[in-house]
Amino acid sequence: MTEPLARPKPRNPVRALRLPTLPPGARSRAALRLTAAAAEGRLELQHCFDCATVQYPPRAACQKCLSHRLEWRETDGAGELISDTVLHHSNELYYRERVPLRLGLVRLDAGPSLLAHLHGDCTLGRARLRAQLDRSGQAVVVALPPQDTTNMADDPMLREMTCDPKFRKVLITDGKGAVGQALARALVEAGADIVWIGIAEPWKQAPRLDAKQVETVPLDVTDERSVRDLAGVIGGKVDILINTAEFHRAHGVADRGTETARAEMEVNYLGLLRLAQAFGPAMRARAAEGTVPATAWVNLLSIYALSALPSHGTFSASKAAAFALSQNLRAEMHQAGIRVMNVFPGPIDDEWNQLVPPPKLGAPALATAIVRALRDGVEDLYPGDIAQDIVARFRESQKVLERELWDQ
Amino acid sequence: MSTLLAELGTALAGGSVRVVDLSQTLSPRLPQIVLPPEFDQCAPFRIAEISRYDARGPGWYWNNITFGEHTGTHFDAPIHWITGRDLPNNTTDTLPPAAFLAPACVIDCSAEAARDADFLLTADHLRGWEAKHGKIPSGAWMLMRTDWSKRTDPVAYQNFDETGQHTPGPDESAVRFLVERNLLGFGTETIGTDAGQAAHFRPPYPCHTFMHGAGRYGLQCLANLDLLPPTGAIVIAAPLKIQRGSGSPVRALALVAS
Repeated sequence: MTEPLARPKPRNPVRALRLPTLPPGARSRAALRLTAAAAEGRLELQHCFDCATVQYPPRAACQKCLSHRLEWRETDGAGELISDTVLHHSNELYYRERVPLRLGLVRLDAGPSLLAHLHGDCTLGRARLRAQLDRSGQAVVVALPPQDTTNMADDPMLREMTCDPKFRKVLITDGKGAVGQALARALVEAGADIVWIGIAEPWKQAPRLDAKQVETVPLDVTDERSVRDLAGVIGGKVDILINTAEFHRAHGVADRGTETARAEMEVNYLGLLRLAQAFGPAMRARAAEGTVPATAWVNLLSIYALSALPSHGTFSASKAAAFALSQNLRAEMHQAGIRVMNVFPGPIDDEWNQLVPPPKLGAPALATAIVRALRDGVEDLYPGDIAQDIVARFRESQKVLERELWDQ
Repeated sequence: MSTLLAELGTALAGGSVRVVDLSQTLSPRLPQIVLPPEFDQCAPFRIAEISRYDARGPGWYWNNITFGEHTGTHFDAPIHWITGRDLPNNTTDTLPPAAFLAPACVIDCSAEAARDADFLLTADHLRGWEAKHGKIPSGAWMLMRTDWSKRTDPVAYQNFDETGQHTPGPDESAVRFLVERNLLGFGTETIGTDAGQAAHFRPPYPCHTFMHGAGRYGLQCLANLDLLPPTGAIVIAAPLKIQRGSGSPVRALALVAS
């Protein structure tokens, strides 16, 4: 059983802030495929096409038959913890702050043996391996006990890899829409300490949320001053920022002027930029503070950021711009170990997708998926069947997908 | 005439003619008109620093501003409405400059508006005003004082509920009466010259429809109308000379004799 995480005390203001450090992040090009799978919460290893050997660490050829025909495939993490040890010293700044650390060798039922970070509840015998992104944003292998244990998520090693909302202070940039509302509820349920929900244009009737953790704050991401003003008040406290602010109209390229497209860019692209400039630096500075440091930045994008949906053409373009910006933000936030999670939903069941036939993603389902992804520590989330289907087709052939989206 | 202007200059310098600012401060906090979301929207006032004595420009401070023509205290030209689209000189760059300085009549509806946010000014109210203050002179502004500009909370200023906006304005009879009096235009303290519920009137938006159809103007989001006398003030409200513009923010001023 894991010692439950204690509610953090307020920071002692006369002690220096602990500055964020990162575990070693260099990976070979081959090993980055492990990161790519871990970014979505999967353990993938190299499988030899010719002799079916599963191998680790990643190499250019099969260690058994020297075939270069290697495939990355999702691999069952079930295995046996065959040895363990405790690390008491490291010259890496990051590990120096975190020793003693448990490490162990796990032999997968699929074949290879992997050196893994050990969950505190792991004992010699059966174990489950998972690939996780560490604070450097690169994949590491983590061994969990064979069955879930009490307070399992509170294990200090695991918390370094995840972004659990428990006891954290969260800002949802738009709390007026269905997604923001559902997220606020899900975060309260997940044990968030405070959930701030941003309200723009307060004269438009906003639904009320009656939970003592939820607090409404004025925030209009199209107004630099409004963003700065809010950052001036809560910027030094936000542990998780979830950018749900979105402007969505269903227009093609030729059937409207530029003003709606500009409004989409103002919210979906420039809004993110304003938030990043106002909230990013303080979050980076607090990435190692206490037991519940600043940890994650979540952007609500769209699956059509990958490949445009012409019937929602300008919206898709603004989301593609936001996606590109978000990749840059990730590169910057990663320097402090803050995870930037991109969420790529298919059509959400809201007022701007009224004519889109089902299946559509309900706001509560999306909220649940985001909270789960924070707990799991993934950085790319494709929630729902449509998103899963489109990302699979995108990876298979971008061109085929582009043509198929013409008629939707 | 030169003596008249010289006297005005002396009066302004001596304070016997005061200048009253009728404008709201342009800021992102000041709400803009809200249309149903299927329509394209008026851009709100936004301001972004170009530089402030920093790496972006070491010795100077300046901003880029963006806004719709109908943002803040602003002027409506006749072309703004479909009924005024074919009139001559109906855009901000072709309006006769003489229209930018004109006498103003002020009708005090503040008590009525405080009781009823949907208060409608009627022709009868205007006849009552004329009985007290004389006939509305041709070419004057009629300004409707409601003290709405004192609602500094944007939510109270917009005053929306699920049936839309609730703000005072004129009804059709008042607008027709004013057009008959050949006035210059109609001014309000609220976001529109029409009442908040005017979309449901028959015909809808009577002030925009008939005022602009007759080539008259509008002023909106005015402030400090409580500092003006019922008659005798001169209003200065010049829109920016925007090519084919339908309106423009203005720095509206009034000259008032003490």
